[in-house]
Amino acid sequence: MHELSIALSIIEVAEEEIVKLGATGVTSIHLRIGALSGVGKRSLSSAFGLARENTACATADLVFEDVPVIAYCPRCREPRPISSIQQFNCAVCDSPVSDVVQGRELQVIAMEVT
Amino acid sequence: MIASQPRLAIVRHNVLKNNDVLARELRERFRQADVSVVSLVSSPGSGKTAFLERTLSALRSQYRVAAVVGDLATHNDAVRLARSQARVKQITTDTVCHLDAKMVDAALEDWDLNDLDFLFIENVGNLVCPSSYDLGEGLRVVLLSVTEGEDKPLKYPTIFNTADLAVITKIDLAQAVEFDLATANHSIQAVRPGMPVIQVSAKTGEGMDRWLEELYSFRRNR
Repeated sequence: MHELSIALSIIEVAEEEIVKLGATGVTSIHLRIGALSGVGKRSLSSAFGLARENTACATADLVFEDVPVIAYCPRCREPRPISSIQQFNCAVCDSPVSDVVQGRELQVIAMEVT
Repeated sequence: MIASQPRLAIVRHNVLKNNDVLARELRERFRQADVSVVSLVSSPGSGKTAFLERTLSALRSQYRVAAVVGDLATHNDAVRLARSQARVKQITTDTVCHLDAKMVDAALEDWDLNDLDFLFIENVGNLVCPSSYDLGEGLRVVLLSVTEGEDKPLKYPTIFNTADLAVITKIDLAQAVEFDLATANHSIQAVRPGMPVIQVSAKTGEGMDRWLEELYSFRRNR
């Protein structure tokens, strides 16, 4: 439900970047979205479809890059993927892992501008 | 006029940067004023307000306490919490399903943080949206009531994973609703290995000592 707030934040970011880049418009906004970001892609896309109207992003689409969860495994002494989002165990040795090093991201990484 | 060619510009910008920057500022202000800030998140109806009311009453004899409480509408929770004689402020979010750092900042505007030892932030009842927003708190507590089902943590792993402490509420009703504590603990540990879990009843007071001990230790270790 907070995807509308997130969509508005994305537009704010994009508008700031358009000015910085000296561009006139944007056709796509590329996002990195972590599995633990708390944001759903489908609801974000539909919220963005509403929020973009009458903004500099009116014709822009969102392009997603999924970021899986990586946590530090104390037994392997390595950052490792986890078994699943419902099971925070090292995917390699099955030990419980609690230090998340990746997966909370919600970033604009690139924009196709005109 | 020549139409400009599309080009791909590389940018790196956290979408919630503004919130994160403000949350960091708040955290620094809390540190300087030596106030311990605890946020509470849960689904609607899990007993956050009753739990907080009892907490404020228990702390008030020894500490200077205050609470900021978020809701979509009504001031009912603030009225209930004010019975504890603590300072309370309601944030009415209208349609927004979570608190953000800006709302907390605005709510604190006319309070002197140096007058406080503990500040509680009760988030809007919601297990999804609050997980994305840092509020500058030092301790994030997630509540789960026995009437909600033991697998709730598996359904909402993000919010449980971002919490520091889990509190199982309404434990006085556990038997009536055939709540399986071991299964609930297992679900919590699956999504947040090592997170401490305590069981309380705001009605009977069961487990409140253990919870207060957690708060004292959080303040001691600040």
